[in-house]
Amino acid sequence: MDKTALNRYFRNIFLFLIFCFGVWAERTGYIEEMAYYQEDVIYLAGEHLYLTLVSGGLAVLTGVPLGIYLSRPKMAQRAEASMQLLNIGGTIPTLALLALAMSVLGIGNNAAIFGLWVATLLPIVRNTFTGLRSVPAHMKEAARGMGMTPGQMLRQVELPNSLFVIMAGIRTALAINIGTAPLAFLIGGTSLGELIFTGIAVDDQAMMLAGAITTALLAVVIDFALGLLTMAFVSRGVNPLRQRTA
Amino acid sequence: MITLDKLTKIFDTPNGSITAADHISMEVPTGEICVLLGPSGCGKTTTLKMVNRIIPATSGRVLIHGEDTSQMNTVDLRRNIGYVIQQIGLFPNMTIEDNISVVPKLLGWSAEKYKKRALELLDLVALDPAIFLKRYPSELSGGQQQRVGVIRALAADPKVMLMDEPFGAIDPINREVIQDEFLKMQKELQKTILFVSHDIDEAVKMGDKIAIFREGKLEQYAAPDDLLAHPANDFIAGFVGNDRTLKRLQLVTAGEVMQQNPSMVTLDQPLDEALQLMESRDLEAVTVVNREQKPIGMVRREIAQVHRGSCRDHHDGLPTVIYQDDDLRSVVSRLYRVDASWLPVVDGEGYLQGVITQRGITHHVGATYRTQA
Repeated sequence: MDKTALNRYFRNIFLFLIFCFGVWAERTGYIEEMAYYQEDVIYLAGEHLYLTLVSGGLAVLTGVPLGIYLSRPKMAQRAEASMQLLNIGGTIPTLALLALAMSVLGIGNNAAIFGLWVATLLPIVRNTFTGLRSVPAHMKEAARGMGMTPGQMLRQVELPNSLFVIMAGIRTALAINIGTAPLAFLIGGTSLGELIFTGIAVDDQAMMLAGAITTALLAVVIDFALGLLTMAFVSRGVNPLRQRTA
Repeated sequence: MITLDKLTKIFDTPNGSITAADHISMEVPTGEICVLLGPSGCGKTTTLKMVNRIIPATSGRVLIHGEDTSQMNTVDLRRNIGYVIQQIGLFPNMTIEDNISVVPKLLGWSAEKYKKRALELLDLVALDPAIFLKRYPSELSGGQQQRVGVIRALAADPKVMLMDEPFGAIDPINREVIQDEFLKMQKELQKTILFVSHDIDEAVKMGDKIAIFREGKLEQYAAPDDLLAHPANDFIAGFVGNDRTLKRLQLVTAGEVMQQNPSMVTLDQPLDEALQLMESRDLEAVTVVNREQKPIGMVRREIAQVHRGSCRDHHDGLPTVIYQDDDLRSVVSRLYRVDASWLPVVDGEGYLQGVITQRGITHHVGATYRTQA
């Protein structure tokens, strides 16, 4: 079975499971109950997206330049040590991170954004750094030998050739971010966590599911959007998903 | 003209300093290919890369057309030198057109001008622009990629080119083809080229001059025939190989060695005229030509001695003919294959121009030693 046939096979199973879930939800009356929270879901999904986009956007704006900086030849000596530091930072549990943020920034969205920013930063920096470092030396030598300045090399050769890996890092980061944002509720941030945690607290399964399913949907939508961006911005010549060989 | 003046590179390593290139001085005349040849680690690549400062020189100067390049800005210097590397180094994110246009764009050419240039260059290496312009490197075969690598280096029409084992990663059959193509291009373009190779056959084929390196030192700098005929020391003799005289054969064409004004007879001439001709010139056989002066056979002396009649009735066929432009290596190979001591030589249209003999070839090859003695 070739790869596309396998993909189709899994997709069909996935669609079937969703269908079964839909049938189950309808039979047990969950759909009706969840519809009751429609207004809350729409408002909270907006807030949830706001948290994600601000913290994720900040993470991209800081993580990518940081990754580029660490990948420069002059940083070669210190880059690995810095990456280790970031890796250790990455092992701090997100909940602990949010609690720490709260103790410094107080309760509310600001602390949540800070916490989510830190949690999102690592995959972006790591992928940017590894992506740039794995651009083959001979390609850089060709660029240098043709008379490109370091800036031109970065813009015309290094970034375009590692963009697929960098985008993969951003996708991972935002998936983590959306999945973590519900925890922001615990430190006073506004997100779909409000439905989930309240649902758990008052033992209202429909409420909890309304929050959880919406969070999952958001994650899928954001990932899909980033997938489209990847297709649009990564040159066909270096996109492994669009490879045609001679 | 490229002039290297006491060019030296010393690498500092934890185990002490290593002299990769030691006072290299040489001159490559305008329009010539100079092959830097030697075993790995001999300093040939280091020397090449000091010219465009991919490796900064420890001391010494590089002059291009008499101008000291140390006065020039590194980026400008590199944009005016074509650079081809073994791994090709095409940028996979760019189309073939964009790859070719890199240096013209850096130099600020107008879009119209560099697009036209890309078309011209693809035509030059017989790659159809309609097919290849918008393709990506990963969609090309290795040989096609290397052709693009070469024309990319030619894009801004630099006078000087550096080529670091440019055909090293291509399979032997394609390599021959690309080498021939490149030599044909070079005949017209007349670039001044430094060319790194570790393959003596490639060096003999491509080089107007060969510079042999060993352990950072330039051991001998000479034309290929000189180098093969008179290696300066045992190392070079060993490096160019015991069959170095055979290698010299490919530097000479049949036209240069053949005896002109060959003896010939026509089909209608009587056999005794052919015999007289052979006896007067002391030949074992003579070529038979048709009315258009194209060789169609030969008459042997022993047959002419015992038979009567016309050449038409007593000639043998020719095993093969040699073309004027064939190199002696292939000539010798064919002489051996058909077990002949001589063969007629024809021009491109097939007219008889001369004959080539095994003695003539050995005489030519040995000439350089006789003038020495």
